[in-house]
Order: sequence, then structure tokens, then C-alpha cells
Amino acid sequence: MKPYNNRAWFLVLPVFLIVAFSAILPLMTVVNYSVQDTFGNNEFFWNGIGWFKELLDPKSELGGRFIDAMGRNFIFSFLILAIEIPLGIAVALAMPRQGIGVSISLVLLALPLLIPWNVVGTIWQVFGRADIGLMGWALTGMGIDYNYVSGVLAAWITIIMMDVWHWTSLVVLLCYAGLRAIPDAYYQAARIDGASRWAIFRAIQLPKMNRVLVIAVLLRFMDSFMIYTEPFVVTGGGPGNATTFISIDLVKIALGQFDLGKAAALSLVYNLIILTVCWVFYTIMTHFENAERRMQS
Amino acid sequence: MFSWLSAFDIAWMAWTLPVAIFFGSIAVALLILTYLAVRYPETPRRGILRISTTRGDRFFITLLGSAFINLFWIAFSVALGFTEIGLWGALGLSAVYGIAVFRYV
Repeated sequence: MKPYNNRAWFLVLPVFLIVAFSAILPLMTVVNYSVQDTFGNNEFFWNGIGWFKELLDPKSELGGRFIDAMGRNFIFSFLILAIEIPLGIAVALAMPRQGIGVSISLVLLALPLLIPWNVVGTIWQVFGRADIGLMGWALTGMGIDYNYVSGVLAAWITIIMMDVWHWTSLVVLLCYAGLRAIPDAYYQAARIDGASRWAIFRAIQLPKMNRVLVIAVLLRFMDSFMIYTEPFVVTGGGPGNATTFISIDLVKIALGQFDLGKAAALSLVYNLIILTVCWVFYTIMTHFENAERRMQS
Repeated sequence: MFSWLSAFDIAWMAWTLPVAIFFGSIAVALLILTYLAVRYPETPRRGILRISTTRGDRFFITLLGSAFINLFWIAFSVALGFTEIGLWGALGLSAVYGIAVFRYV
């Protein structure tokens, strides 16, 4: 390998300046808050690692909340990936390859992606209501006890269905792009060999979708792990704390209780988890790319 | 001459010396890495993780891992029932970890 010429990094300077104000300065502030306590009015008192001790102690109030919320976050992200990825692949495989159907299905699929989060939340909040919402009314009419305001299971099903409705399209579009990039020659060869539909999927389509799938998993994991707006609008974290994810709890602590120190410590750990997962996915992705390039050359 | 600077009130940032030292040392490390990258260009190499890394990557892995080492240090100390927790041990552990990362990853 020849050494990189790093001079192009200078072109990143303007972005760096913007990021400095939008991300780095706030991050520094959060780190400062995480080691101090405040009662407002810009007066701060040194607290050392006190907030972190509390946060990492499952027996304390803050620690217990954190562990619970993190558990819910991981369960949510796991369910989202377990549903959206296979569903997205299935829909992408079923999509038409040519003709007018392509444009129609692409536009239809892209529609949910264009709707702002809070609007999606509002749509589903109304949709699930037993008195005026189509889904809530229909389910109640069938004699099913469905109420996302009081039922834990109903609340979870609602937010998961909402996320599936909102974001499966993204997985579909990514997979569809991956499928379209497979040359016809592969399918012809498979047909000559008399390969079954499943064999074609396992040996040709899935390996060729490898990279877009990693991107899809990365994007869907990050987004679902950082979810805030939709559950906030639909359930507000309830019933009880059943759908209180870390981000919702974070806002409660920071803006509801005005515990800036606790919230800062919590957000730093939250950020660290996301950063780690991001790095792992990114490394896997670039690893794939490099391996592919080596194979080609 | 610098009176206009007082227009930037950064009291809300609540700076403390330890945090300033923390970010200062990261900034210094980045400057050193930049200098090294310009003065001694390198090729990425592959270590025990089987991924190709540059000095910058290894620095990032070091920082990320050190953060977790410190957090686990606190978590374990709390779990073992210590009330006074010093982080010097965690810092030492992070240093060992960092050297290992730069050496083998």
C-alpha cells in the first residue's frame, strides 16, 4: 500500500468549525456538567465522579432507572432489527424489476420516510385511539382489549408497529438497490445450474446485499437506539415507565428535574455506547470494502 | 483591545480545571498526531484485531477503551462497596491498555 496523502483533510476545516459549535462545545459543556452540581443561575459546585458513582450503581435511584431504560432500549432495537431487516429483504425481493410498477412502489415506499417524526407519532396516536382511531376502534370492535395508554403490551406493540411502518422502507430501498446491482449473468448461470429459489437467494442475492445490509443494520440500530420523538408523542414514556427509553428519561432528568449533573453523566455514557456500536459497525463495513477491493485486484 | 471578548459569556459552559486538562491533552495529542502524519507518513497496518489501523485509529480505540475502563472501574468499586473511589488505578490501567493498543492492534 502506498502512504496516504492527507492534505485533503484541510478541505474539512469549514465543516470542522461548524461541528465545533454544534457538537464539540456542547460536548465539552456536558463533560463539565457531569462533574458538577448546580441549582441554576450558572452557579456550579464540584462533585467529582459522584454522578457516575450513582449512575453505575444499580441500587441507587438513578442507576436503577438507567439500567431499566437501557434494557428497554436494547430490547426495542433488537425487536426493530429482527422485524425490519427480514421484512425489508422480503419486500425488496417481491418488488417489480421493471415497468411502471417500479416507480409506483418506490414512491409509495418513500412516503413514510418523508414524514417528520412528531407527525408520525401523532398519526399513530390518533390511529390507535379507541374512540376516533381506525386501528384502535377496529381492534376494540373485535373485542380485543387494546389501549396503549394503560396496557404495557399494547403500548409496545404500537410503538414497534409505528417504527416498522416508518422505517422498513429504508431497509427495502437499500436492499432493492443492492439487488438491482446484481448482473443478469448471475441469474442466468443459476438457471442453467437449475438452482432453486432459496439457493439463488442464499448464494447470489444475500452475499450481494451484504454491504447494504450492514448499512441498513447500522442505520436502523442507531436510529432505534436513539429513539425519542415517536414514543414521546404516542406514550410519553408510559404506561408507568414501560416505554421510557434512555433519551426520554434523559430529558425528564435534565429538563423536568433540572438535574444537569445526573443528565450529563447519563448522556455521556449513552453517547459512549452509541459511539462504540457506531465504530464497530463502521470498522466491519470498511473491512468488507477492503476485502472486496483485495479480491478484485 | 480584547474588551469585545467579554461579549462571549461562557459561564454556562461551567469550565473546571480537570475537564480543561482532559480536553487540552486530547487536543495536544491530536496536534502531535497531525505533526507525525505530516512528518512521517504511514501506511495502515493490521494487528491482532485483523483490521487495518493508522495511528489515529489506534488513538481513538485507546480513548474509547479508556472511557470504558474508567466506567467499569467505578462500577466495580461501587459494587464492591467502596465509597471513596480514586481513578488513578483506572488511569494506569488505561495507559497500559493504550500502550498495548499502539503496540499490537
